[in-house]
Amino acid sequence: MQEELILGYLPILVFLIIVTCVGAGMIIASALIGRKNPNSEKISTYECGMVPIKDARQRFDVRFYLIAMLFILFDIEVVFLYPWAVLFDRFNPVIFGFIEMVLFIVILLFGYIYIWRKGVLSWS
Amino acid sequence: MENLGPTLTILLTLVRIVLVMTIALLSVPVMVWVERKVSGHIQNRHGPLYVGPIGTLQPFADALKLLLKEDITPANVDKTLYYLAPLMAFVPALMTFSVIPFGPWLKIADVNIGVVLILSVSSLGIYGLVMAGWSSNNKYALLGSLRSSAQMISYEIALGLSVIGVLMHSRSLSLVQIVQRQAETTWFVIPQFLGFVLFTVAAFAETNRLPFDLPEAEQELVAGYHVEYSSMKFAMFFMSEYVAMLSQACVLTVLFLGGWLPFPIIGPLVEGLLPAVVVEWVMPLFWFFLKVGGFMFFYVWVRWTFPRLRYDQLMALGWKVLLPLALFNVFLTGFIRLSL
Amino acid sequence: MGLQSFLFYYFAIVIIATAALTVSRRNPIHSVMFLVPCFIHTAGLFLLLGAEFLAAIQVLVYTGAIMVLYLFVVFLLDLPSFRIKKITHQQTPLAVLAGLVLVVQIIVLTVVAVFPRPAAEVKAPYFLGNTEAVGASLYTTFLFPFELASLVLLVAIFGAVVLARRERGEELP
Repeated sequence: MQEELILGYLPILVFLIIVTCVGAGMIIASALIGRKNPNSEKISTYECGMVPIKDARQRFDVRFYLIAMLFILFDIEVVFLYPWAVLFDRFNPVIFGFIEMVLFIVILLFGYIYIWRKGVLSWS
Repeated sequence: MENLGPTLTILLTLVRIVLVMTIALLSVPVMVWVERKVSGHIQNRHGPLYVGPIGTLQPFADALKLLLKEDITPANVDKTLYYLAPLMAFVPALMTFSVIPFGPWLKIADVNIGVVLILSVSSLGIYGLVMAGWSSNNKYALLGSLRSSAQMISYEIALGLSVIGVLMHSRSLSLVQIVQRQAETTWFVIPQFLGFVLFTVAAFAETNRLPFDLPEAEQELVAGYHVEYSSMKFAMFFMSEYVAMLSQACVLTVLFLGGWLPFPIIGPLVEGLLPAVVVEWVMPLFWFFLKVGGFMFFYVWVRWTFPRLRYDQLMALGWKVLLPLALFNVFLTGFIRLSL
Repeated sequence: MGLQSFLFYYFAIVIIATAALTVSRRNPIHSVMFLVPCFIHTAGLFLLLGAEFLAAIQVLVYTGAIMVLYLFVVFLLDLPSFRIKKITHQQTPLAVLAGLVLVVQIIVLTVVAVFPRPAAEVKAPYFLGNTEAVGASLYTTFLFPFELASLVLLVAIFGAVVLARRERGEELP
């Protein structure tokens, strides 16, 4: 059974290898075929014609971090929903599965209301 | 088809892989042409006209031009990541096609976890953008890539949640079984209309299409994360975006619009006139691509209908509107399914 | 060598190599980017064991979400290399301790694997492969830990907001 399962994924692996080769081939082809005639003006960083000011890699807003953190937490919530959704009408008794997921989501809704009221979701 | 012997099975699988690959890559010039032509007519002009009949060869000419362009590597870039970033965008975009069933016979693999696999593979596309922005060492590129990635992760939750309702109907994560379930009951767009709308909006945002194309807002950010890219590496970002659009349209078709199933009423009428071989082998693909094509047209139509959102509006829409609505949809679906 | 063992050795070698590169790179962005293939290949190992749902979740949560956060954190901190050097040197005792614990664990596991107890008959892991099996035990037998998970997530939400507020407060003059 396990062998069968792995064999089912084999075409995906072959597809992955082919796609990667095609992509890498495109990058290599353009590096080989295209003209190469760089000068210091051409390869300087684009900043609307101005001389670039400082390095571009600087600290950025903490809100990006916050969004990423909240994304993980809600993503995990969604992950819990997948196996539940597949068998939610096959619990015994039927209402049992629904109630436990309502409980799960309601607990998380407190967190959602909290971040809303703290203004985390307002991006201005 | 399982009893054909190992050699023939391998050969058939390879043929399918090549076919899917061809469809995915050839769809890019087709979509570009359709987009430019439809955009043209919406704005009361002709669009591409001269290269090939009614401009059909224009995208190929563009591709050739891009290939022959100078491949510039700007100063101060992180070379390794700068060269790998297009690949990191390109591979996940194409890999979503590994589990999409175009028809009963045209699919690379049918796995038990298809839906989750698609969502997880497409979530990897974010590295292409972020690495392009960071390795370029350009302020516009970095800011564009950060905006883009924050946008993608924000809408990914709504996207994942809007699928839950479908899964509650289908009882399976396999895309083939989701279509078969729709054949037994009805297209999921009917019981899951709210989910369908939410998925569509989230799909537009995930693919950075107008009105959600802030990462590339020309007026503020020049071109977004790929501003320092040229030649084929630029083309790969461009292709990845179009391939991602196609894959979203395909997933939407499978989840909500019955995949390869014929349209009700019209479908049986048309299929009644055709020989059985055609109905079995060609018509599923025809219906599938008709639905996908319709959705591609919708992409362009929306582009010229809605103005671009501001960034704060965009984040608010994702977190304050789509997320609660998607949760509501899960409750609603559960409630309806249990009370019936 | 069968296909399964070939794939296992491929995944294992890549995991070890990328993990080694992750800890040895000086540039934190490069470290993070080596951890991404490391996690994807770990998903490959799960798949070899027949745990397909777990494999997809591994990619979705670890590579698709947690690594993105790591990237953002590295962007956010943007430490100059001399400060990174200082911080890593401060962490040396802790790192040695954690490494020792890990080595002991590996030795124990190896010994247990070489001398298996006859009673330790495990159910075929294939059973876990399908999503329904995961759900069937998660939402019945492990109902309490499952509901507890939502509380943990709730605390994490509060924690994230508080931490970000502090960070923002420090930035103000």
